[in-house]
Amino acid sequence: MYEKDGEKYFVFDSHLHFWDASPDNWVKGQEEYAKGWIECFHAYMGLGPPETHWTLEHFQKYSADDFERDVFGAGVDQATLQSTYLRDWYVDGFNDIEKNAKLLDRFPGKIRVNGRWDPRDGEAGLQQLEADHAKYGIQGVKLYTAEWKGSSRGWKLTDPAAVPFLEKCEELGIRNVHVHKGPTIWPLDKDAFDVSDIDHVATDFPNLNFIVEHVGLPRIEDFCFMATQEPNVYAGIAVVVGGLMHARPRFFAKVMGELLFWVGEDKMLFGSDYAIWEPKWQIEGLVDWAMPDDPEFADYPRWTTTAKKKVLGLNAAKLYGVEVPAEFQLTNGGTPAAQEDAQLVEGAT
Amino acid sequence: MTLEDRVLAALGTVIDPELDEPITALGFVGSCAVSGSGEVDVRLRLPTPQCAPNFAYLMAADAQAAVLGVADVARVSIVLEDHFTGAEINSALARGGDFDDAFPGEGTGSLDALRELFRRKALVGRQARVCQALLAGGATAADVAGMRLGDLPDDTDGARCRELRRELGLPHDASDAMLVAGDGSALTAEDLPKRLRRARLMTLSLEANGELCRSLLAVRYGCPDHEEVAA
Repeated sequence: MYEKDGEKYFVFDSHLHFWDASPDNWVKGQEEYAKGWIECFHAYMGLGPPETHWTLEHFQKYSADDFERDVFGAGVDQATLQSTYLRDWYVDGFNDIEKNAKLLDRFPGKIRVNGRWDPRDGEAGLQQLEADHAKYGIQGVKLYTAEWKGSSRGWKLTDPAAVPFLEKCEELGIRNVHVHKGPTIWPLDKDAFDVSDIDHVATDFPNLNFIVEHVGLPRIEDFCFMATQEPNVYAGIAVVVGGLMHARPRFFAKVMGELLFWVGEDKMLFGSDYAIWEPKWQIEGLVDWAMPDDPEFADYPRWTTTAKKKVLGLNAAKLYGVEVPAEFQLTNGGTPAAQEDAQLVEGAT
Repeated sequence: MTLEDRVLAALGTVIDPELDEPITALGFVGSCAVSGSGEVDVRLRLPTPQCAPNFAYLMAADAQAAVLGVADVARVSIVLEDHFTGAEINSALARGGDFDDAFPGEGTGSLDALRELFRRKALVGRQARVCQALLAGGATAADVAGMRLGDLPDDTDGARCRELRRELGLPHDASDAMLVAGDGSALTAEDLPKRLRRARLMTLSLEANGELCRSLLAVRYGCPDHEEVAA
C-alpha cells in the first residue's frame, strides 16, 4: 500500500524479476551473450535516478532479502514474477519459474509466478505448460518472441506452432499473456518490433488478455492503433516509467499522453521491471506526476487520482482476480474518457 | 574543404532509418581517421549491442557507400564496434557483400521493404511537424492544405520532406501538394485533424526511440548527454 496526500493506492506490480545472471550461471561458450544481456539491462538501470543505481555485481544476482526490501518495502501489495528462460545463455535459466517460485513460500499471498511457453518446444512444451499450471496454478505467461533457440532467432505469435499453446492457455484458464517484443527476431530483414502478430491472435483468442510489455516501444504508434481496435490488448508500461520518467520527463509526458488517449487508463498496467529499476521511485514518481500545464500537452487526458489508482493496481488486480480492499477502491467510479475519443479517430489511416 | 571534412560531410548524409536523423548527429560515429593517402577508417558504435542487425547493417553499408563516393578516397574500412552481429556485418562489408552475405539464410531477401517502410513513417512525421508549425504560426487548415511543395520551409524538416518524396517516388515537383497521403494524393483540410493526431503519435515514436538511444549511448560510452534532464 502506498499513501500520499490522504489517498491510498493499492499497488500491483505486474512485471518484475528475480534473476541470476552471475558468471557462475553463464553457459560455457555463450559467455559473451550472457554477459552482454545483463550488461544491456544494467545500462537501462542507468536511466533511473543516480541514487537508485546498483553495481554490476549486485545487479547480476540479488537476494530474497533485497527483493523484500526493494519491492514490498516500497509499498507493493501484489507482485507478478515473470519468467524469462534464456537457457541458451544461462545454465539454470535467467529467471525460470522454479527460481521465481522460491519466493512463493516466503511471501505467501503476495506473489504469483507466471509461466512461459515457446512454440518451438512442441509437444514437450505443451506438457510443461500443463505441469506448471498444475503445480503453481499459473494465471499468466510471459512470452519472449525474440528468444534464441539453437539456430532460430525468434518466433511470432502467428506461427502455426503457437496455436496449440494459445488454445491450451484458453483451456486451462491461463488468461493473461504478457508479450515482450524485442530485437533480432527472424527473419532478420523484417522489423523486429512489429506487433501485428499480436493483433491477429487478439482477434482469434478473445478470451485471452494480451499485455504488451513496454507498449511495443519503440513502435508505440503501431501498438496504440492496434490497442484501439482490440478490446483484449493492454499496455504494460514498465519501460515507459523506468526508462523515461526520470531520464526524459517531457517525452515521458508525451508517451503517457498518447497512451491515455489511445489506449486509455483502464487498459494500462504498472510494472516496475525490477530489478532493472526499483519500484519505489517509480511508484512515488507516478503518484506525484501530473500532465504538464503547457499548451503542447493541452489535448491529452489528465493524470487524475482515479487514473493513478487504476494504472498502479486496480487494472492488474482485475485481470488477475485479486480482491482489493474497499479502502483502495475508487470512490467516484471514474470514466475512461479517452476511449470514446480514440474511437472517433479510429480508421483514419 | 579537407578530405576529412568531406568524409565527415558524407557520413552526415547517412540516416538512421528508425530515427530519421543523421548518424553523425546521433553520435554513432565513434571515430573517423583519414590518412594522407586517402585511406579512411570509420568506427561506428550503437546504443546497445542488441540494436537490430537489419538497421545496423543498413547504416554501416550506407556509411561505406557514402564515404566511397567522396573524391580522393582510396579505401574505406567500416567497423561496427561492440555489436552482437558486428563480426558478420564487418566481414560482409569488407568483402563487398550484402545483407544476405552477412546473414546467409536468415533473411527473406533485401532490406528495401524495411527501408521504404521507415521512409514512409519518416515522411508522415516530418510533414506533420511542418504542418503543426504552420498552424501554430496562424495558418488555417485550408491554407496549409492548399500549399505546394515549393512552399515548404527552408529548414531540416522541409529539406528532408523533399528528399523523402523523391526517394519514395511520390510526386515531388514544386507545384505538387505539400502534404500527401501514402499513395501520393493531396491531403484535404478535412483530413488534417485526424492525420495530425496520428502523425503526432508516429513522430513521438520516432523521437522517443531517438531519446532512448541517446540516453543509452551516453550511459554506455560515457559521452556527454546534452539533452536537459529536468522535471
